[in-house]
Amino acid sequence: MSELVIKNLHVNISGKEILKGLNFTLPKGEVHAIMGPNGTGKSTLAYTLMGHPAYEVTEGEVFFKGVNVLDLEPNERSILGIFLAFQYPVAIPGVTVANFIRSAVNSRRRALKADDKGVPLLEFRKEVKQKMEMLKMDPSFAGRYLNDGFSGGEKKRAEILQMAMLKPEIAILDETDSGLDIDALKIVADGVSTLRGPDLGVVIITHYQRILNYIKPDYVHVMMDGKIVESGESDLALHLEEHGYDWIREKVNGN
Amino acid sequence: MVIKKPVVITTSKKRSAISDFVFTKEQVRLTGNQEIDSFREKAWKTYQETDIPNTRDEAWRRTDIRALRLGQFQLLSKNQKFSISDIPENLLEPVADGDHGGQIILYGNEVIHRLDEALRENGVIFCDLLTAEQDYPELLAKAIGKIVKPEEGKFSALTGAFAQNGVFLYVPKNVEIETPLHSLLWGAGIDAAQISHIVVYLESGASATFVLEFASETEDKGQSLVTNNIEIYVGPQANFRFVELQSLGRHVWNFTHERVQVDRDGQLDWIFGAIGGHLTKNFAELDLIANGAVGKMSGFYFTDKNQHLDYDSQQNHLATNTTSDLLFKGALVDESRSVWQGMIYVAPGADKTDGYQANRNLLLSKQARADSIPGLEILANDVRCTHGATVGKVDADQVFYLMSRGIARPDAEKLIVEGFFDPIMQRIPFEGVKHRFQKAIADKMGSYLG
Repeated sequence: MSELVIKNLHVNISGKEILKGLNFTLPKGEVHAIMGPNGTGKSTLAYTLMGHPAYEVTEGEVFFKGVNVLDLEPNERSILGIFLAFQYPVAIPGVTVANFIRSAVNSRRRALKADDKGVPLLEFRKEVKQKMEMLKMDPSFAGRYLNDGFSGGEKKRAEILQMAMLKPEIAILDETDSGLDIDALKIVADGVSTLRGPDLGVVIITHYQRILNYIKPDYVHVMMDGKIVESGESDLALHLEEHGYDWIREKVNGN
Repeated sequence: MVIKKPVVITTSKKRSAISDFVFTKEQVRLTGNQEIDSFREKAWKTYQETDIPNTRDEAWRRTDIRALRLGQFQLLSKNQKFSISDIPENLLEPVADGDHGGQIILYGNEVIHRLDEALRENGVIFCDLLTAEQDYPELLAKAIGKIVKPEEGKFSALTGAFAQNGVFLYVPKNVEIETPLHSLLWGAGIDAAQISHIVVYLESGASATFVLEFASETEDKGQSLVTNNIEIYVGPQANFRFVELQSLGRHVWNFTHERVQVDRDGQLDWIFGAIGGHLTKNFAELDLIANGAVGKMSGFYFTDKNQHLDYDSQQNHLATNTTSDLLFKGALVDESRSVWQGMIYVAPGADKTDGYQANRNLLLSKQARADSIPGLEILANDVRCTHGATVGKVDADQVFYLMSRGIARPDAEKLIVEGFFDPIMQRIPFEGVKHRFQKAIADKMGSYLG
C-alpha cells in the first residue's frame, strides 16, 4: 500500500513538544494541503517526515509502503520515495546543481542495483535540460553552486527541479510559495501540476491559500497546536482565506 | 611467591648524542666556480652559527621538532644503489595535459634527464644541479643563493651548504615553453638526509610551466629528513606557472624554504599541494619587486593520522601597482594538525598595491586542529588589502539536505569536502594535477569514512 499513514505522532525539539498526537493519511495520487497559522508545527511535520536529527519522535508511527519510516535514515526515506521541498534550502558551495542531482540520481540507482554504473552522462544532461525548460530555468543554472547566492525564486525552482529528477511518490512542499512573486509562483505551480499524477501524492504545507489557486488540492487540513483540528474539501481553503483561523481556534478551545 | 622484576638501567647518553646534525665541512661540495663556492662556504658558516629552531622562536611556536633524531641523518653515499623500478608508474605519468617538454627524475644519487631538442636549441637549460655546476657554472652562479639566503634559518643554511642535488631551470629571453616541464624528487630512506636545491631563472619575456614533485614511499619505522631550498626569479614580463606537489612518506620530516621574485610586469601562478609527510615546515614567500608584478598562490592540503603541516606564507609588495592573491584550503581528519600563518607586507611607497589572502580549513574530526593566522603590515598609503581565515566543521544541515535526496552520509560528506576544495581546483589549469588532488581527496576520505 503506497499511502502515507501518520498515527499519533509526538515530536520534541530541544525538549519542547511541538507535535502532539498528529494523525494524517495521504492516499496515493492525492493532493492534500495542510494549512495553519505560524508556529503550529507544520514545518516540524515536514522535517520529521524527512528525518532531521534535531527532531525527536517520542511517540507514534509513520508508515509508507509497509515500512515504519521513522526507523530509516533520511537517505533511505528518499530512496523509498519521500521527497521534501525545503522552505529554506541549504547552500552547498563548490557543488554544482548538476553534480549534486547526478549524485542523488546515482545513489538511487545504486540502492536499487548495487552494481549500477550510474546514469549515462548524455542521458542525464538531456533529462536535466528538459526539466529545466519546463521550469523556465536558464541552462547555465546547472553549473551554478547549489543554492549559493540563489534568489528565493531560484531556490524554489531548484527544489522542484530535484523533485522532477528524483520522481518521488510522496512530495511534501514546505511553504514552497513563500517569498515568490506571482510569476515565479505560477512557474513552480505549473511544474508541480505537470508532475501530478496517479503515482504521486503531494502534501502542500502553506499558510496562504494563494498557491492552492494554482494547484488544486483534493483535501485541506488545518493544523493548530501540533495537531490536525479540521479537514475538508478544497473550498475550506477559500473559507480560511476569507474568515481567518479564529473561528477554528474558538471551535477547538471553546468546547 | 615473589617474582623479581628485571632491573633495566638506562642512560641519557644516547639522547645527548643526537641533539645536533653530524654533517661536516668536508661534505660541502665545492665546484671551482668562485661565486658558487663562496655561497656554499657562507652557508656552511651560517649553518654552524645557527641554532636548531625551537618552539621559543616565533616562526616555530606551533611546530615542535624535538623528536627529530638529528644525529642519525647521513648524506647519501656514492656507493648506494637505487632503482627506478621502485618508483610507482603513476608518478612518471604526465601531470599536466599532453607530454612533458622535459623531465628530471632524481632518486637517491641517480638521475634520469630528458629535454626536448627544440627547447635545448633555443637555449633552455633544464638539468640536475650537479650537471649545472659542471656545464653552466656562470649561469647557475647568477641565480643560486640570491633569493633564498642561508641566514633565513637553520634549514636554509643547511640546504645551501649540503645540497646533494637539485634542479636548475634557465629560460632565455623571450623563449616561451609551451609544454610543461616535470621534476620528480623521489625517495627518502631511513636515516637518510635528502637535501635539494632548486634554482629557476626566467629572463625577461620568458614563459614556462614547471611541475615539481616530492614523493616517497612510507617506511614503517624510523625517520627521513628532506630539506629544500627553492629559489625562483621571474624576469620582467616573464610568465611562470609553478606547481608543487608533496606526497612524501609518513616517516618524512620535511623543511622547505622557497621564494619567488617577480620583476616588472612579470606574472606568477603558484600552486601548492601537500598530502604527505610526517611533519612539514614550509616558508613560502612571494616578492613582488617591481611595478606591475603579479603573483597568485593557491594551496591545497589534506592531512590525516598524526600528520603535521605548517605553512608560513609571505606576500611582499615591494613596488607600486603589484598584485597578490593567496588562497589556501585544507581539510583535516583524525588527530592531524595544520598551521597557516600568512602575512601581506606592503613596503613604504608601494602604492596601488592589491593584496589578498585567505585560508579556509575544514575539520573532519574532533581531534584535528587547524591554526589559521592572517597578518597585514602596511607601510604605504594607497593600498587595498583584504584577508580572511576560517576553521569550520562539516555543516550538519548540509549533510541532512544531501541525505534527504538519497545520498548516503559518507557520500554526502565526500561531496561537501569536494565542494570545499572546488575553488582551489578551479585555479588549477592542469587536468592531470586536478586528478592527483581529487584522488588524494578520495583516498583520505576513504580511510576516514572507513
